[in-house]
Amino acid sequence: MSAISVRNLVVEYGGRRVLDGLNLEIEQGETMVLLGGSGSGKSTLLRHIIGLERPNSGSVVVKGTDICHCSEAELNTVRRSMGVAFQSAAMFNSMSVKDNVALNLREHTELAEPVIDLVVWMNLAVVGLAEFGDLQPPELSGGMKKRAAVARALALDPEILLFDEPSAGLDPIVAAELDELILLLKETFHMTIVVVTHELPSAFRIADRIAMLYKGAFLQVGTKDEIRNSKHPQVRQFIDRTPDNMATAASIAAEFQKYLESPETSE
Amino acid sequence: MATLAERVGSGTLDHLGYVGGLNLQLWKALKAMPTALPFVGNRHRWKASVEQMLEIGVNAFPMVALMALCTGFILAMQGASELRRFGALHYVIDLVAVGFTRELGPLLTAVAVSGRSGSAFAAEIGTMVVTEEIDALRVMAFEPIEFVLAPKYLAALITIPCLSILCNLCGILAGGVFMFFSTRLSLLLYFRYVLSSIVLHDVINGLIKSVAFATIVVHVGCLEGFRVRGGPEGVGRSTTAAVVKSTFLVIVADAVFTAIFYFTGTQ
Repeated sequence: MSAISVRNLVVEYGGRRVLDGLNLEIEQGETMVLLGGSGSGKSTLLRHIIGLERPNSGSVVVKGTDICHCSEAELNTVRRSMGVAFQSAAMFNSMSVKDNVALNLREHTELAEPVIDLVVWMNLAVVGLAEFGDLQPPELSGGMKKRAAVARALALDPEILLFDEPSAGLDPIVAAELDELILLLKETFHMTIVVVTHELPSAFRIADRIAMLYKGAFLQVGTKDEIRNSKHPQVRQFIDRTPDNMATAASIAAEFQKYLESPETSE
Repeated sequence: MATLAERVGSGTLDHLGYVGGLNLQLWKALKAMPTALPFVGNRHRWKASVEQMLEIGVNAFPMVALMALCTGFILAMQGASELRRFGALHYVIDLVAVGFTRELGPLLTAVAVSGRSGSAFAAEIGTMVVTEEIDALRVMAFEPIEFVLAPKYLAALITIPCLSILCNLCGILAGGVFMFFSTRLSLLLYFRYVLSSIVLHDVINGLIKSVAFATIVVHVGCLEGFRVRGGPEGVGRSTTAAVVKSTFLVIVADAVFTAIFYFTGTQ
């Protein structure tokens, strides 16, 4: 059984179709990268996989539960086996880093405080922040904040870990550190990992499979070699970083000419 | 003509939608309230409630007290300048005592709290929406209404009536000081007159009002926060809207309650 399966997912915002009948199976223990440009619908897909929004039609099945058509209580049970690291890290600014990581353990488990301390310390150690537990989130750098968010996502020992743009806004070195962290987690904990990104080097470093999104539909889903050697024109365009037809000097001159000759200006 | 009808129609629908949103949020908050209670609820929510009580109630007291002293003094002076002409200076005592317990105490408190805390709620929750903290809460299987709103609502329901009573006392004290300096009426005698001029109904009606005002201030402030879309500028806009709308609704509710008390003869 696959860990996550997306079936005929259709999402519309104000009559505009954002996701157009997506189908995707993410297997247990694999790293799936959802790759796509801005506006391709990759973040929307992630928000539906973690159950933050309900689709217009279709379903998302996580570990056998259809999270689009289940009760709030069932959804919360599924959510306890998922960890999410948000794009902006989304650390709770009113609490220290330690308390952020401990929040889930304090509220959703009956563990004693010394045990919670130990688990928090271990999770912070995994992401390399063991000494920074007492700081407040605004005191951390961008990369540290994202790693702290990973530690918080790890707190309840999730089977599925999801990342929204882990390397956005980070310098290449810190972004690479995050990639290594994702690989480490996969190796150590055998987690199912879903990463939404538009960064090619990062995608090719961490992925087992890549799903290429374009305007709300999958162009191609395959291993990283299949994507790298793809013949699909839009996939090639993304990988070769070819710009779309933008304005050129000649086209701007032509537009200007057209404007001068239009009836409103000649009156 | 059609456009006018359209605009009236869509404006009405927007307002109905807003009121619907407020009622839905109130219903959800009432369902989540037991978790914030001590002993029977979740101890973390109770702790948050106590923190909110300090913030909404204790920290607001100096400001509310000063406002009440000034208003009591103003009311006494304005009343005295007219009543003196009829030789009815002692009616200033009734004016201040009844005016504060029925009306000014709850109203002044609500306006002060809406400016201090209503705006703070909108800004806090709005920032949490923008930085994805609300999404993170939901993904971690917490209900934002229960986690964020319920402690604030419980705290407001307890502290705002208390503040109103203190506001009444300060206002009436100011009236007493005025009477002492203008007619050498001793404070002890003044308070004896005050007690004979107000009845239990006045105090209860004032408390009913202040519970209603607490509900309006908290729910408008929080709803404005949850409705933030876009970015930081959205937070600014909803902070302003929180104060404007809650002050407006407090005064409308005051009129409605006063009318009910007047026409049912309980005043």
